[in-house]
Amino acid sequence: MTPVIFVPRDAAALAVGADRVARAIARELSARGIEARIVRNGSRGMHWLEPLVEVRTAHGRVAYGPVTEKDVPGLFDAGFLDGGEHPLFHGETKEIPFLKSQTRLTFARVGVTDPLSLEDYRHYKGLRGLQNAVAMEPADIVAQVTESGLRGRGGAGFPTGIKWNTVLRAEADRKYIVCNADEGDSGTFADRMIMEGDPFVLIEGMAIAGIATGATKGYIYTRSEYPHAIEIMREAVEIARREGILGASVLGSKHAFDMEVRVGAGAYVCGEETSLLNSLEGKRGVVRAKPPLPALQGLFGRPTVVNNVLSLASVPVIMDRGAAFYRDFGVGRSRGTMPIQLAGNIRHGGLYETAFGVTLGTLVNEIGGGTANGRPVRAVQVGGPLGAYFPPRCSTRRSTTRPSRHRTA
Amino acid sequence: MLKQARFAMEFCAVESCGKCTPCRIGAVRGVETLDKIAGGERSDEQVDLLKDLCDTMKAGSLCALGGFTPYPVLSALTHFLRISPPGRWPKRRSKPMTLIKETDYGTPASTSEKTVTLTIDGFEVTVPEGTSVMRASMETGIQIPKLCATDMVDAFGSCRLCLVEIEGRRGTPASCTTPAENGMVVHTQTGRLKQLRRGVMELYISDHPLDCLTCAANGDCELQDMAGVVGLRDVRYGHEGDNHVKARDGLGEVNARWMPKDETNPYFTYDPSKCIVCSRCVRACEEVQGTFALTIEGRGFDSRVSPGMHEDFLSSECVSCGACVQACPTATLQEKSVIEIGQPEHSVVTTCAYCGVGCSFKAEMRGDELVRMVPYKDGKANRGHSCVKGRFAYGYAAHKDRILNPMIREKITDPWREVSWEEALTFAATKLRAIQYELGKDAIGVITSSRCTNEETYLVQKLTRAVFGNNNTDTCARVCHSPTGYGLGQTFGTSAGTQDFDSVQHADVVVVIGANPTDGHPVFASRLKKRLRQGAKLIVVDPRRIDLVKTPHVKASHHLALRPGTNVAVVTAMAHVIVTEGLFDETFIRERCDWDEFQDYVEFVSDAKHSPEAVEALTGVPAQELREAARLYARGGNGAIYYGLGVTEHSQGSTTVIGIANLAMLTGNIGRPGVGVNPLRGQNNVQGSCDMGSFPHELPGYRHVNGQEVRDIFEKLWGVEISDEPGLRIPNMLDAAVDGTFKGLYCQGEDILQSDPDTRHVSAGLAAMDCVIVHDLFLNETANYAHVFLPGSTFLEKDGTFTNAERRINRVRKVMAPRNGYADWEVTQMLANAMGANWSYTHPSQIMDEIAATTPSFANVSYEMLDKKGSVQWPCNDKTPDGSPIMHVDGFVRGRGRFIRTDYVATDEKTGPRFPLLLTTGRILSQYNVGAQTRRTANVVWHAEDVLEIHPHDAETRGVKDGDWVKLASRSGETALRAQITDRVSPGVVYTTFHHPTTQANVITTDYSDWATNCPEYKVTAVQVMPSNGPTDWQEKYEEFSALSRRIEAAE
Repeated sequence: MTPVIFVPRDAAALAVGADRVARAIARELSARGIEARIVRNGSRGMHWLEPLVEVRTAHGRVAYGPVTEKDVPGLFDAGFLDGGEHPLFHGETKEIPFLKSQTRLTFARVGVTDPLSLEDYRHYKGLRGLQNAVAMEPADIVAQVTESGLRGRGGAGFPTGIKWNTVLRAEADRKYIVCNADEGDSGTFADRMIMEGDPFVLIEGMAIAGIATGATKGYIYTRSEYPHAIEIMREAVEIARREGILGASVLGSKHAFDMEVRVGAGAYVCGEETSLLNSLEGKRGVVRAKPPLPALQGLFGRPTVVNNVLSLASVPVIMDRGAAFYRDFGVGRSRGTMPIQLAGNIRHGGLYETAFGVTLGTLVNEIGGGTANGRPVRAVQVGGPLGAYFPPRCSTRRSTTRPSRHRTA
Repeated sequence: MLKQARFAMEFCAVESCGKCTPCRIGAVRGVETLDKIAGGERSDEQVDLLKDLCDTMKAGSLCALGGFTPYPVLSALTHFLRISPPGRWPKRRSKPMTLIKETDYGTPASTSEKTVTLTIDGFEVTVPEGTSVMRASMETGIQIPKLCATDMVDAFGSCRLCLVEIEGRRGTPASCTTPAENGMVVHTQTGRLKQLRRGVMELYISDHPLDCLTCAANGDCELQDMAGVVGLRDVRYGHEGDNHVKARDGLGEVNARWMPKDETNPYFTYDPSKCIVCSRCVRACEEVQGTFALTIEGRGFDSRVSPGMHEDFLSSECVSCGACVQACPTATLQEKSVIEIGQPEHSVVTTCAYCGVGCSFKAEMRGDELVRMVPYKDGKANRGHSCVKGRFAYGYAAHKDRILNPMIREKITDPWREVSWEEALTFAATKLRAIQYELGKDAIGVITSSRCTNEETYLVQKLTRAVFGNNNTDTCARVCHSPTGYGLGQTFGTSAGTQDFDSVQHADVVVVIGANPTDGHPVFASRLKKRLRQGAKLIVVDPRRIDLVKTPHVKASHHLALRPGTNVAVVTAMAHVIVTEGLFDETFIRERCDWDEFQDYVEFVSDAKHSPEAVEALTGVPAQELREAARLYARGGNGAIYYGLGVTEHSQGSTTVIGIANLAMLTGNIGRPGVGVNPLRGQNNVQGSCDMGSFPHELPGYRHVNGQEVRDIFEKLWGVEISDEPGLRIPNMLDAAVDGTFKGLYCQGEDILQSDPDTRHVSAGLAAMDCVIVHDLFLNETANYAHVFLPGSTFLEKDGTFTNAERRINRVRKVMAPRNGYADWEVTQMLANAMGANWSYTHPSQIMDEIAATTPSFANVSYEMLDKKGSVQWPCNDKTPDGSPIMHVDGFVRGRGRFIRTDYVATDEKTGPRFPLLLTTGRILSQYNVGAQTRRTANVVWHAEDVLEIHPHDAETRGVKDGDWVKLASRSGETALRAQITDRVSPGVVYTTFHHPTTQANVITTDYSDWATNCPEYKVTAVQVMPSNGPTDWQEKYEEFSALSRRIEAAE
């Protein structure tokens, strides 16, 4: 068996030298005359371990990290292609506590697959949701998404199914799916990780949304600061088109759906959905008054679904495993899982997907491992840079889709 | 933690979209207040202020960015700062406002027929579905505070002052963007709302100068009003913070945010320091005017109004229509006249005296000084909009060139002598009677003016018919729209357009033929563009690429760039396509038109020689393009045709008008809103002057003079015998003058020497006369040949009516005494009486009563009625007591619509080796006709001289560069002007305007004219263009002659 080495191509890994590591490994392979395949996967979301190099061995995928260029010869010396011991060795990747305790639904494939390999995507249960969807009536798809309890992951927490239903029932000559990938808040990276690590899941989610609502055109609006995401996303769209996932006949069905990636000009406010629509139309990015709701008069005045990347990327698993499967995760009105992004002065920063209901204390102290510099936690900001600060005494708060930043007392 | 929270605020200050105040200004104030607290000034007041600010931002912002920004601060205050409990809001009551102006409902009216009923502050109100809560509230008389809303533009929702509470709804939605719904219970004034509004106002005022007492908008400032309405009492942020107000800060450092006042536009100023960024100007420029010259630049606190890409107003695309100035709630955009004079104290509604749109204006006065002209929202022609001419270019009324005393001279080579009215009139009367004594009663005549009122025109034609005893009356409509009168009269039965301007809102396909509305009829153009932006299709038939062909958010589906002079061929080819492809509306034709004549027309038009392919070589219009245009017009829904002088001013003008009428009848596009045949009239009262019997063969109401029963009506009333012989048309008068049989002319308000074709012929005719009486504001070109000059009055100085292009009779109201002493109708009456008549009108309303009594289509018109209804469209009689916005609704006025064959007979004016180019003429936005008025205003900054537009190809072969002097020669004469190289004209076509007398474009034009009506062929002249080194000898000699003939000797 040819060994397979995984070196992430996620921007977070690239920023700490993943490309140099990959090149060093390639150099080392040819110098040593070893035959091996290097796969540039997405990130597993453990930022303190990046670049995290994985090797597929007989005992599963094992992890080494954080790997620098200089570590590479040593790794070879230590026999890392067979899972050899090394100070950077972390054992089997999926057994790393940070990963092991997660429930990955939306991020199931991120970090596991080659993001641009449709074969990988299919192998890891991709496209099943879309296949189910093309065989269903639009209203039934909407009903399934509604039943799943999925709420918008962009911050406002509006039930996705209800939004879709409004668009489905609106009459118009054209409708649109707009994916808000203008991830501008500092400390956030989940949208980027999806686009760089598993672009097909977003394409699949948008295609399902299109079929469910009668929209035939989708736009991903993202930011110029995400060059890697843009490149991967565009290439993935190209592949999807070639493979009949997008186009006049989605997976051979009677439904048409196509999409393109649009890049913003660098205004934070264009992440606000109505500003985003103005920007997509080529206008100055100013917010619009609601009503009219974008679901009724959105892009170019047509009914438009505007969903966050995470919302759309959560749809395929719902269509694959069923509404009940997804709904059974979570607490109260917050159903399913939430990819939580841990950043700042925290020891184990990164992406942690888990069912709703985890407490703030668990997240910060156990999963996050406390502060990076070891000093006691004074405050936690929840919900991005415009979220509220919570003191340690609020550590029993549970994560929900209800915008926690709204609660300041 | 507060320091940390500051980042969120700072982020918002630079990254917000800049639309709503809480976010735009609030974030900056938040940062400043946090700095004060962090800097040791921590006081309960500062903390309270911060909490209030956060509340204002949270509840008052339109989007989540502004809504969330306060959370870091609020949570920091909650968890990380010990604070004292917030103080109670002091109870203050705001004073009631008493100033009542035109009601601003805040948002446009909804046209829905369904209604909804809601409760506002305990009052039930029923409004059309789609009405905003703000407008519904205003309808019940409850005024919700507002700054960014005004009913001329769509709701925007940025000022956050009009927030209301709606039972069962979360938060405080903006009333302007919230549609009224059945059963809604709205509260417009609650403690929470008061607090929010005051918070917003406090932010506004923290970035606004406090110079109210010396501000030009003092007394007319909505910001000031709203500060009063919400009870703003102090600005706790102080005025030392970041701002756009002060050129330098307290330490003398330059404030980079401050921008100086832009005074480049001659009529208004832009003072960025007073701007509250409500975007009303930007929206007015887009939605009302459709020019898109203004935008908001920058983000967050940097957001500022900007003409174009940070240009000044004059060099931007701004067309100076004034919509932005009108929309501005502060003194940011302010008329210079208001800055100079002060606020007006009363206003009078009157009608603009420029083009045929006939806009209603409020003349805003301070005593008898005109402060400004503001378009009147209830004006049915303009619906509250205006253009640079009507809005601003009224300064000619007070120009130093204006002649205020009567003048006479024996010979035209003498200098003028100022005399008394009595002497001038006696002199004129004696001369005229002497000519008649010598040469017969037909040797004198009149020319009525399309610039004067209906009443004045009526009196002038009455003068010739009742006092001179002949029918020698003609009008300047002869040289513009006489073919319209003839063509539409023959086919439909009335000599007028079929629609009102509102009709364009229902059109689906608009065909513009030989008209340039954005320059010639700007207010109508704005309404048209609005409809086009909504999706209506446009077909332009014009040799030149007029602005409408491609202008922001408007693009013509088809531009048929025909060769000048081939209108008939193009229009007939369109009919060919409609007939041969079976696109005509047979039901309509069978029901309303003469079927036999239709059959005959079908036979004529189906001939292959009328096919687009056959005429392509002649017209230069690609056959396929023409076919598609014809199909679009026939099958695209409501099809409306608008045409101008490019149709009429041809030797085939009447034929084209008939062809256009045929097209409308073929496709059933007559008799309902959104369709019709609409001549765009050049002058304010072209329609009226035609209606009033100005033509030599017609008595008022288009009734031929040979009809005894018609003459009877007037003969009885006037007590004279009226000649049954049609009199002389203008060209005939001039011919007769040269022949020595016509020697006296009373010419009111028209400059035939400059505006009529073939200037040399006109001057020869005038020079041959013994008594030319010019009645005008200025010593115009014709006056160079005059013996008597009677000073005229402006539209501001008299009462009367104008009838616009949609047959709308609009009142003109006197706002000041005539500077020359008498209104024009009084002068005509004095001349008549000097010749022995015994007229005794004391007010123009009596003249209108006489018109109504004698002319059926005006039967019910009176000043009393016009004052009550505002305006009315004729016919207005017992059958249609409210007037007729749309004609031929149930059938054609003449009975059955009549199809007439439209053979194309090419003009005799042909290009050849000597004159290989075709000259066509037109006008420009900022100037008006011969320029007598607009040249005497600041409008000259936009157009100081006439230029010749020439295609780069034609320029290249002649060695002409942009800006060069070129000589323009035709068979009639030659002149010189500067060349402008542009591809707006096709190769082989050149174009110029005729606004400046020094250019004398009409020296070039020929005396060919329309076969039916003698309307001159201005639009086609074969010319040659060659490089030149300056004005021609003719121009120089004429200049000299003009100067000489304008000498005035002061009265002793």
